[in-house]
Amino acid sequence: MNRLNHLFNTKKENILNVYFTAGFPELNSTVQIIELLSRHGADIIEIGIPFSDPVADGPTIQASNKRALDNGMSLNLLFDQLKDIRKITQIPLVLMGYLNPVVRMGVEKFCEKCKEVGIDGLILPDLPVKEYRDHYQETFKKFGLSNVFFITPQTSEERIRAMDEATDTFLYMVSSPGITGAKSYIAESQIDYFTRIQAMQLKNPALIGFGISDNNTFMQASKFSSGAIIGSAFINALAQDEKLENSIPLFLNSILKKS
Amino acid sequence: MKYTVDDNGYYGRFGGAFIPEMLYPNVEELRENYLQIMSDPSFQKEFNDLLENYVGRPTPLYKAARLSEKYGAAIYLKREDLNHTGAHKINNTIGQILLAKRLGKQSIIAETGAGQHGVATATVCALMGMECKVFMGKLDTERQKPNVERMKILGAEVIPVTSGSMTLKDATNEAMRYWIGNPKDTHYIIGSVVGPHPYPDMVARFQAVISQEMKKQLKAQTGSENPDKIIACVGGGSNAMGAFYEYLDDLDVELIAVEAAGEGVNSGRSAATTALGQPGILHGSSTLLMQDDDGQVIEPHSISAGLDYPGIGPQHAHLFDSERALFLNATDEEAMIAGIELSKLEGIIPAIESAHALAALSKLEFKKEDVVVVNLSGRGDKDLETYIKWGKY
Ligand SMILES: Cc1ncc(COP(=O)(O)O)c(C=O)c1O
Repeated sequence: MNRLNHLFNTKKENILNVYFTAGFPELNSTVQIIELLSRHGADIIEIGIPFSDPVADGPTIQASNKRALDNGMSLNLLFDQLKDIRKITQIPLVLMGYLNPVVRMGVEKFCEKCKEVGIDGLILPDLPVKEYRDHYQETFKKFGLSNVFFITPQTSEERIRAMDEATDTFLYMVSSPGITGAKSYIAESQIDYFTRIQAMQLKNPALIGFGISDNNTFMQASKFSSGAIIGSAFINALAQDEKLENSIPLFLNSILKKS
Repeated sequence: MKYTVDDNGYYGRFGGAFIPEMLYPNVEELRENYLQIMSDPSFQKEFNDLLENYVGRPTPLYKAARLSEKYGAAIYLKREDLNHTGAHKINNTIGQILLAKRLGKQSIIAETGAGQHGVATATVCALMGMECKVFMGKLDTERQKPNVERMKILGAEVIPVTSGSMTLKDATNEAMRYWIGNPKDTHYIIGSVVGPHPYPDMVARFQAVISQEMKKQLKAQTGSENPDKIIACVGGGSNAMGAFYEYLDDLDVELIAVEAAGEGVNSGRSAATTALGQPGILHGSSTLLMQDDDGQVIEPHSISAGLDYPGIGPQHAHLFDSERALFLNATDEEAMIAGIELSKLEGIIPAIESAHALAALSKLEFKKEDVVVVNLSGRGDKDLETYIKWGKY
């Protein structure tokens, strides 16, 4: 069974998914970040493939993408770094990235490498559902990769149902109209939207992302879903203290309010 | 072979709508409505009326006698430089703002490189009393100061973009990000035949007025609607697509697209997408794209800011792929020489973008009786500083 499904079968609430950009802060930070995140309480790790033009990302993740590329990060190198990752951790791993580097490598070869290193799911923001069904689904399935779709406050009920059908792990609920970036509160209008989706009783669990930054926003989002995704706030924490063995446990403890 | 868009938004293997879910409702709203709105008689009337009385269309088709003599063919110039605001860009912005109004949008955003599309957008926003934000790479705001001030005089807000390489591609990224955050009341006027479906098709249809007029004018002046060759420069490809559009299925007409080679195709400082690009996905469509082996987009270079883009529209990628159009390129130097040549021979100072199309004349072989149309996409006023810096005139 896919590690993601195993997680969702055994844990129903407060699931913490943490995003980081591969190649940030240092070219070779990848394995250490994964190891520290899985040891200190993350449930899923989303590994960002850096891209020159990350159109759905705000300034924090744009900057981490740029720094990663300046450090010399590439998709080939990332797969190299992840070669032995399954000897270290069984935490579900999801690759997040824009489509162009994937297409450049070749979708089949990309999926094959994902399977080789033990990736469980993919988040490709510029791959729409229809395109996925027509051209990608078959290959992803062949290599045991689950595709995760975004739903937003504007996504119609019909479309949400279609995405719920097209995936078998989780849905990524974008918390508000906008790009990625840490925010310190959740607004009333967002809660209406969370409640609306919750009432739809989808077959897959949903995780809420974009703007989740601390214990307060994490706990609030988790009330309306199976958990939440944190990206920019984690990147900020890594940027502030690049001693990963300090900053990562400190950050996770602050989110999960462990002392 | 079909050269226009298919039902799925594709041109051969290029096109599509590769957009984040956050933009889906906006783009879908456009897709569902654009053909119907555009074919509505009241829309047609308003569009044509503005093109005639505000933009100054039809633009002349002028037989350039001295240029013809030099190159040994009958060379005609389609004078898009005589449009209000100085380039073909306004054909598209007039069309899109009328469409945005009918969709009930209240504000407009746009990206710009050289500032021509930004000025054309600011102009129609002033005309319609709509709020206007133009995203422009910080480097370009410094390279194209007069256009920044023109936009501000017209009432637009110019937002300097400091992400990435601070040029056109980053301005486009930033406009998309803004649209993601403001999906309800805002329409994004993309400035070329790029972006997710239906943009490339919609912009091509608005620019098609160029070739519609050409057919009539050629018929009147030469007795035949069809020339032997049509030459146009390609940044994203909107002026070229406008000049080609009505001729796509007329296979006796040779279509010639000219890209910017910058300092030379193999210099590492070039914008010749078909020569250097690979299939890829940027700004919502699958097309040819300048990129490295790892799929990172390469920053292009051209002396003309309007051609400084790492991709081309998907329809052009298909014309290249299917060999319907011939793709040439011209270096910075070749374009400058051609621009100055036109100035001296015909008394017309062209935009440096358009000068790339003119530079193709010396790369082609003509028969005396050949009828050749060069699409003169814009005028050189905005480029005076570049001409002065170049100095050799
Ligand atoms: C005069 C002129 N010609 C050509 C272009 C290139 O755009 P396109 O390839 O879409 O016609 C520009 C863009 O700014 C322009 O200003």
